Amino acid sequence: MSALDPNRPGDLPVLLPFALADHRPPARLRPAHLWLLTGLALVAVPAWAQGGAAALSPLEVVIKWAPLLLTGFAFNVAISLMAMAIGTAAGIGLGLAMLAEGRVLSRLAWCATQVFRNVPWLVLLFFVMFLVPFQVTVLGIRVPLPDWIKATFGFSLPVMANVAEIVRGAVRSVPNTQWEAAESLAFSRRQTMWRIILPQCAKRMLPPWMNVYSLIAMATVQASIVGVTEMLTLTAQVHAAEGGRPELFAPLYGFALLCFFLYCYPIDRLTARLERRFETR
Amino acid sequence: MIATIQAWFQQLYETTGFNFTVFYDPYDWDRYVAGLRMTLLLGITTILASLVIGAVGALLQSGPSRLLRGLVNGFVVLFRNTPPLVQIFFFYFGLGTLLPDLRSADGLRAPILSNVQWAIVSLSLFAGAFNVEIFRSGIEAVPKTTIEAAEALGYTRFKAYRHVVLPLALRVCLPALNNNLINLLKTTTLAYAIAVPETLYAVKQIWSESQNVLEMMLVLLATYAVLVGLLVWVMHRWERALRIPGYGR
Repeated sequence: MSALDPNRPGDLPVLLPFALADHRPPARLRPAHLWLLTGLALVAVPAWAQGGAAALSPLEVVIKWAPLLLTGFAFNVAISLMAMAIGTAAGIGLGLAMLAEGRVLSRLAWCATQVFRNVPWLVLLFFVMFLVPFQVTVLGIRVPLPDWIKATFGFSLPVMANVAEIVRGAVRSVPNTQWEAAESLAFSRRQTMWRIILPQCAKRMLPPWMNVYSLIAMATVQASIVGVTEMLTLTAQVHAAEGGRPELFAPLYGFALLCFFLYCYPIDRLTARLERRFETR
Repeated sequence: MIATIQAWFQQLYETTGFNFTVFYDPYDWDRYVAGLRMTLLLGITTILASLVIGAVGALLQSGPSRLLRGLVNGFVVLFRNTPPLVQIFFFYFGLGTLLPDLRSADGLRAPILSNVQWAIVSLSLFAGAFNVEIFRSGIEAVPKTTIEAAEALGYTRFKAYRHVVLPLALRVCLPALNNNLINLLKTTTLAYAIAVPETLYAVKQIWSESQNVLEMMLVLLATYAVLVGLLVWVMHRWERALRIPGYGR
């Protein structure tokens, strides 16, 4: 940790070394950049369009298949939302387990968090895809587990570990005096956690939580590697359907990039804004 | 020594059915080691390249040229908000096929960059975009007075950046940098998608031939746990060695 930590007991803010406030906003799009992109597109599209005389131009191909590709993108969004919901619920549980009084429970939870945080997401995805059966029998009823459900479960594992770390960090950042005040008011440990500490943590946890969401939304394309039909899979299929012309690769994958950019960039901006607003210094 | 280990795993297979082929079959072992070597190659080269990209980007971002600043900003925003896997596909399939081919010595058409090289390029750019932001926040934490002092001593802008600002900024942003480099090491698995023979690819080949998915999965998990643990350990040692005296405990 750096020395500039106002939460450390004993260091009054005036005793800390002088630090410059962060004035410059982080990188963001300005109108000038949009003009630049439009200019590039105007230059690039005719250049590609001259390539094939009889076949559709790359732009026409993208427009023709856009509805299908966007359905795929909606599927990505759906997977990410479900993974986020499952992962958050499990992650709050795991984070609270890490903070538990019992040493065994907190050690176990810590180990689980470290494993799921440090293993590559693609490896976790493979793990779930290959080791979870394609159907389970619950109370004599066979429940099929399609690929995308398994993928959702696979993505919720890293979300769980990251959310657990966020919960732990946020709870640790609440001043000790809050715990002591609650104790003096005869709150039990559980009551203190649920009624005093966690409500305060909620707004601190929001920006990093949104960051995790942005990451998981971008990670959902990895499901194409294990055979889930989502946007990237559809992009490859569309490319094959259009005759596999090499000049189509860049526009088609560029379209996928654009979709994710348009979805994730607002989240990124909002996260930065919330981070600045909740800054406690 | 090696023979006893092989014999032990062979016996494990015969008695319990746990088939760790990599530990007794030399052919599988060689494939696994080759994959590990490729992962290390990818990890080390992309870490170094992304650090260079981050340092240069941060230098340009604080520079006088508005156009360069805008370009670096656009690069950072674009690469931070799009999936790395799509970036790899875009580079390898999209740009790789648009570039002209070379003729190899025996007259065959060979692409300018192989899939390994494209993976290195796109992963470095991806992590470099994050490094630009990390270095920028570190540079902004360096007090203006320190830069002014360096200028008063006759440093040019570049020299002040190289000798004063960057060393100080590096120490400030090391924790964030650690996170990003660890993330980069994990992201190298995505090179699997363009058939770079790294660990995941090699392990997948082994388990599809030997039908020992669970065992190879465990080997895979352990491998990445060790690799990431090693990087964490090295970076923490580095963090402690580079500590600014008088700051922290």
